[in-house]
Amino acid sequence: MIKRAIALFLVLFFGYVFTTLLLNWHPWTELIGVARYYVSHELTELGATNLVTAIVVTYRGLDTLGEVTVLFLAATGVSVLLRRTTITLPSPGPKRQSSEILHTATRLLTPFIVMFGAYIFINGHLTPGGGFQGGAVIASAVLLLFLTNPHQALNHRILKTIESLSGATYVLVGILGLFLAGGFLDNRILPLGEPGRILSAGAIPIIYTCIGLKVGTELANILENLRGPATSPVLEENEGRAQ
Amino acid sequence: MIAWFIGVLGIAMIVGALAAVHLKQTVPAIIAAGIVSLFASVLYLLLAAPDVAMTEAAIGAGLSTVIFLYAVYKTRSGESEK
Repeated sequence: MIKRAIALFLVLFFGYVFTTLLLNWHPWTELIGVARYYVSHELTELGATNLVTAIVVTYRGLDTLGEVTVLFLAATGVSVLLRRTTITLPSPGPKRQSSEILHTATRLLTPFIVMFGAYIFINGHLTPGGGFQGGAVIASAVLLLFLTNPHQALNHRILKTIESLSGATYVLVGILGLFLAGGFLDNRILPLGEPGRILSAGAIPIIYTCIGLKVGTELANILENLRGPATSPVLEENEGRAQ
Repeated sequence: MIAWFIGVLGIAMIVGALAAVHLKQTVPAIIAAGIVSLFASVLYLLLAAPDVAMTEAAIGAGLSTVIFLYAVYKTRSGESEK
């Protein structure tokens, strides 16, 4: 009875709070506060034509570093949790070969998807998108490879090297900003250049390339860990060819 | 016109979310959750947030759906072993 009374009270309370919020809500007709500052000063200050990127990488750069760290920890957690159990499952019958359409489409599309991902993060300061989006697109190309061939192996040494190098470069660029420009992760350690050019907006292209590579390799790693180890690829491939 | 489209997308998202909650089987529920993300990404695009739309489409609709499917597969194969 008391539980129900408390529940009823909570529902009524939140209903009251949200109703008052909704009734007093007016849409903003103009930008206010920090948003107005960003919109009016960003292009001359940081030189990136994509405002979102300028905010994500520079004004709120520390948050982005935190997000990258969170993703890194998540990827590490997945690999630690899944590596420990070396499950030797009895394979549930021979796996069905993926269809010819999927094979051909994968072979045709994978390079272009990777290239598109690279395009997204290299142009992060000019057009919508950036490191996270580009990295996710690259990881989806890896996913397509896994869907087509469940035994696709990834070169872990290269992945690890790319991942740690890009992470270290990201932090290094941030620290350089501390000495050469206005603060941690300030992009003005390099000349801003002409807005709209690919080599402009200071260090933003470098940072977003690092983030893109890091996110791409980490997501690919998560996918590979979840898929499980590549087992006896030679045998199954031969079987597939024999058919 | 665009307001109607946004409304339809919102309703479709709610339907997908309810389906994801109420479907008894796990795999269709995961697909429904992925569909919610797909509609959400189109909605973000219409609401002039292409950056978020790209993230939602690639991670929400693509990768996380497959990660859920992998996880379900892994937990199921563990159960059948016992």
